[in-house]
Amino acid sequence: MTRAKPEDDEYWNRSKLKAFTFDDEDDEFSRLKESKRTVNSLVMDDDDEEDDFEKVSWSGEPVGSISWSVKETASSNRSGSEQGFPKIDTTSSLSKQGSGYSLSSLFRAKSKSGGFPSFSESFSETSIRTYAPELRKPKSDRKNFVSDLSPEETVRRMQKGRAYSLEKFRSLQDKLLLLDEAVALYDGNVIAAVLIYLKTSLNKEILFRELMSRDVALRHYVHYLKEMGEQKLLVELLKALGRTEDMALMQYKEHLGIKDEGRRRDFLKSCLSLPFSQDDATHVQDHYELLERQIIIEASDKKADGEIFKKFPRKASILNMPIITTLYYSCFYHYGESEGTYSSPANIRKTFRISEKQYILTALGARAKLKLWFDVDSLFNTKNWLGYTKKKSPIGFHKVVDILHKNNAPISVLQEYVNLIDDTEVKLSMALKYKCHDIVINTYRDLKDRQQLVVYRAKLERDSVEYRKVQEILSNGQIRWKN
Amino acid sequence: MFVCRMKENGRKLCFVRASNMSVVKQALTIAKPLPEKGEEVYIVVKSGIVLHMAQTERRDAPELPDFSLLKRIARDQLIFLLEQLPGRKDLFIDADLMSPLDRIANVTILKQHEVDKLYKVELKPIVSISDQLCFLIRPRIQTVKWISDLVNSDKAAGRFRKYKIIFTPQKFYACETVLEEQGVYGYITTDEWNFYILPLDDDILSLELPEFFRDNFLEGDQRWVSTGGGALHLLQSVYGSFSKVYGIGRCAKMVYETWREQMEDGDLRTKQPEFAKVFLIDRDVDFITPLCSQVVYEGLVDDIFRIKCGSVEFGPDVTSSDKSIKVMLNSQDKVFNEIRNEHFSNVFGFLSQKAKNLQTAYDKRRGMDIQQMKAFVADELKGLKQEHRLLSLHIGACESMMKKKTKQDFQELLKTEHSLLEGFEIRECITCIEEHINRQVSMIESLRLLCLLSLTENGLLSKDYRSLKAQYLQSYGIDHLLTFANLRQLGVLVEQQPGETLTVMESKVGKLVNDKTVGKLTDAFSSLAKKSNFRALSKRLALVPKSGDEYDLRVPRDMAYIFSGAYIPLSCKLIEQVLERDGWTGLEEVTRMLNGHEFAVTAGGNSSEARTKTDAQRIILVMFLGGCTYSEISALRFLGKERGCRFIVLTTAITSSARLLEALLDNHA
Repeated sequence: MTRAKPEDDEYWNRSKLKAFTFDDEDDEFSRLKESKRTVNSLVMDDDDEEDDFEKVSWSGEPVGSISWSVKETASSNRSGSEQGFPKIDTTSSLSKQGSGYSLSSLFRAKSKSGGFPSFSESFSETSIRTYAPELRKPKSDRKNFVSDLSPEETVRRMQKGRAYSLEKFRSLQDKLLLLDEAVALYDGNVIAAVLIYLKTSLNKEILFRELMSRDVALRHYVHYLKEMGEQKLLVELLKALGRTEDMALMQYKEHLGIKDEGRRRDFLKSCLSLPFSQDDATHVQDHYELLERQIIIEASDKKADGEIFKKFPRKASILNMPIITTLYYSCFYHYGESEGTYSSPANIRKTFRISEKQYILTALGARAKLKLWFDVDSLFNTKNWLGYTKKKSPIGFHKVVDILHKNNAPISVLQEYVNLIDDTEVKLSMALKYKCHDIVINTYRDLKDRQQLVVYRAKLERDSVEYRKVQEILSNGQIRWKN
Repeated sequence: MFVCRMKENGRKLCFVRASNMSVVKQALTIAKPLPEKGEEVYIVVKSGIVLHMAQTERRDAPELPDFSLLKRIARDQLIFLLEQLPGRKDLFIDADLMSPLDRIANVTILKQHEVDKLYKVELKPIVSISDQLCFLIRPRIQTVKWISDLVNSDKAAGRFRKYKIIFTPQKFYACETVLEEQGVYGYITTDEWNFYILPLDDDILSLELPEFFRDNFLEGDQRWVSTGGGALHLLQSVYGSFSKVYGIGRCAKMVYETWREQMEDGDLRTKQPEFAKVFLIDRDVDFITPLCSQVVYEGLVDDIFRIKCGSVEFGPDVTSSDKSIKVMLNSQDKVFNEIRNEHFSNVFGFLSQKAKNLQTAYDKRRGMDIQQMKAFVADELKGLKQEHRLLSLHIGACESMMKKKTKQDFQELLKTEHSLLEGFEIRECITCIEEHINRQVSMIESLRLLCLLSLTENGLLSKDYRSLKAQYLQSYGIDHLLTFANLRQLGVLVEQQPGETLTVMESKVGKLVNDKTVGKLTDAFSSLAKKSNFRALSKRLALVPKSGDEYDLRVPRDMAYIFSGAYIPLSCKLIEQVLERDGWTGLEEVTRMLNGHEFAVTAGGNSSEARTKTDAQRIILVMFLGGCTYSEISALRFLGKERGCRFIVLTTAITSSARLLEALLDNHA
């Protein structure tokens, strides 16, 4: 493929700019640029053929090649960047003006001198450019025409941190063109800058309407408003977009910033009418009821002087704790209260639809912590129709044992629950782990595993009750050992 | 020189005997590489020393470029900027810039440039009495607002000071607008410190921008895209141009584009490149890998102790003293360097062997005469002591980690995780996760497993989603409603949606039959729509080895070793495949399942001719947009050894399951 000479292009563009930069010809110039754009968008493919130093196939195989070592290249001003990214098959050349003060300019001296340039040197050069960026440009560039630039050129200047002016973009069409050009640059910083300009120069309804069809710009705008803390405007925007659930969540989020619990509760109450999804509405309702309840409990428990509060002084307030923590708290301090009270476990369980499994786990933890094994027992006791009590659990008994052990339950308690484990293998390993000798011995006996029993005997203290028990079993002639 | 090869228990051994080391070096670099792939090499030099080269040095690994240059560039630029505000000044530094700053400049350098006092930016009123204030910050609106307030209160109090803000790595218009709106524009000078890249190690470069992840992938804000391009441009300016670029992901494409434009802009000399290939990958191409528990030493240390900017703080439980020690973890630490990529189960054995060797080395002292002792003290003792110190630290760390990881919970969670990856006994997995939530065990762990469940299963069934979400909110706070909204937005924890075609079908059916039937039909449809991309991807790329196969973690056979042989990281597998095929040809189905956005670009001109077998051709830069984990780095190091190449990782930040999820939490103001 033939390669266009970038210099030619540059010269052509620049000289043209030069000819049209008189103030009174503003309009003509921009019209010309406009029509040039139109023409270009029509014959895009051909254009690319001409200046194809970036012809690339996104789908995989290279179509052309990129020249990556172009020196002082200023490629064509035309651009195909208005196209959406995913659709591009060929990346068209995107224009760049002469280098501003990008970092690369610092390295210019490097290969010339061979060594590394002293930094203050290169920087002083840069800084001159920073303060007087126009001084080093060709004459045509130096003129004060920042206000004459096309949307595309403007956003490019913005990207490079060079002087620019947005004032001339007054018609809605121009403003939107500017925005679309910024989006085509992929530079979030420039997109935000344009949005800030549009925010101040457009009626918000109009801006919202236009953003609706511009997803990338919209997301930048939402994020900008979030960061600026412009909650009100954000809510209006989301509402205008019909994103009511997002809007509701956004408003709900505000409660996090409210320190005072009373005000927080009132705020949550006001959230109840927001258009949440059905599930979330239930959760927010829970949140409000929970805090309301916590405030009541906290007020009375703060000055409570019951025995349990003296024995186990509260370490922290219950305010703003999760539901399960609240349940645990109530199982700890308010166990056995009648269902009518706000602080009773039964009431909390019912109000917040806590599953049986979850309830048992929490209550077990709290009662075991208090070492009230009787309460623990009664959690699992069920009576059948004949009046016999039987232990049942929605969680595996091996988990129950774990929790009990973590709370330093005595061996007699542990043993009882280890015995309830269905799976013999699990039962045995738990029994071994927690040294429930009786169970180990009985299990080996039931398994008719003589060898293991002999091994186990060796671990026991001589003449202890367990030891004698093993002896007894081993000498029992009626058992048919499997080994 | 004498070479002897043998096979033993499936290990390929290669013994090389030579008169001296230079001969051996020669042998290792001759055209037909010796040793062969997969061999363990033992070198026996005349003096009788056996050097175990493991599999690491099996081919002459190409030399990596010297990245310390980047530090110098950054430091020099900072000094220049400080000099722009002559005279004594107080410096306020953003909290998350302190560690990176530490790596490139120290307090002495700052003092030399008339920095008087150093403060951390805390967004609170300040106590400084200096009449020049300099702020070194990330371009964040909140910080700029704070500075504006400060200036305004000074003005109100009739106090005159000079202010300068140095934004790094760049300034944003939004920040400047704040200055303008607050009426302080003009009172403050602003500058940019283009500190794009911090080298964390020989092969790890970081942008130190953890917010890249949330900003880009959750908020959809592209503010860091050109920063990514700038980083690549910087590398190219210093180390030469690339011949080939591959990538996948929306952000990767944009970063490439901005980079390409900057390339055209600057003048680059065609110099001999120091690396030649670049691979860009978006984090959202693979969320599964960073959400898996790390079990390779370096990753595990990060998961448990959190490595910050290449340094870790070991607490009293590790140091077995009453104070904490900060340690740099990089290739300079000889002990760490040997274990960092090892599966945790191997590390203990290695360390104890090392301890024995150390003992032997110390014991040499016995029976030495004065001269020998003198030499010993001069040449060896310092090294031994250093090794001793490091060894005891890592042993301490191992112990501490063992204690945490041998708990019942961890084993069970790991089992659940592996089942999820394998797609095996999903019901049991859900029960296990549920119980974890019910018991209010680690909030992040629960979330991690929920996300893994959703990602591997392509979303949760509606009833599971609702029930698990409700239980999660009960256990960890209803505020997490917002977290769930974020996770859904990002697509890492979602409810299964019946496909669009199905919805159309339903509505048609709906007209014909009554509501109840429609409900039933929907159920049936959604179970049909449950076809998961991960499962298909995993099958297509063979990510999950068949269960039942024994996996010897001491002799890893593929990258799956970093997850105990249970899963080959998708991200790294993609990189391997693309490099192997020199493009995406043949991976069409895979990219379709990953939502496309793949590309492969070759540079034109003479660089293609220069594509000979130079070292540079075997150095590959992998850029992770949105962060990468230490496990992925280990996997790439393994891949490099397998293929006789080296990978350099350029990441926006080091991430981990906890960091990734914490970035998505929204339960605080």
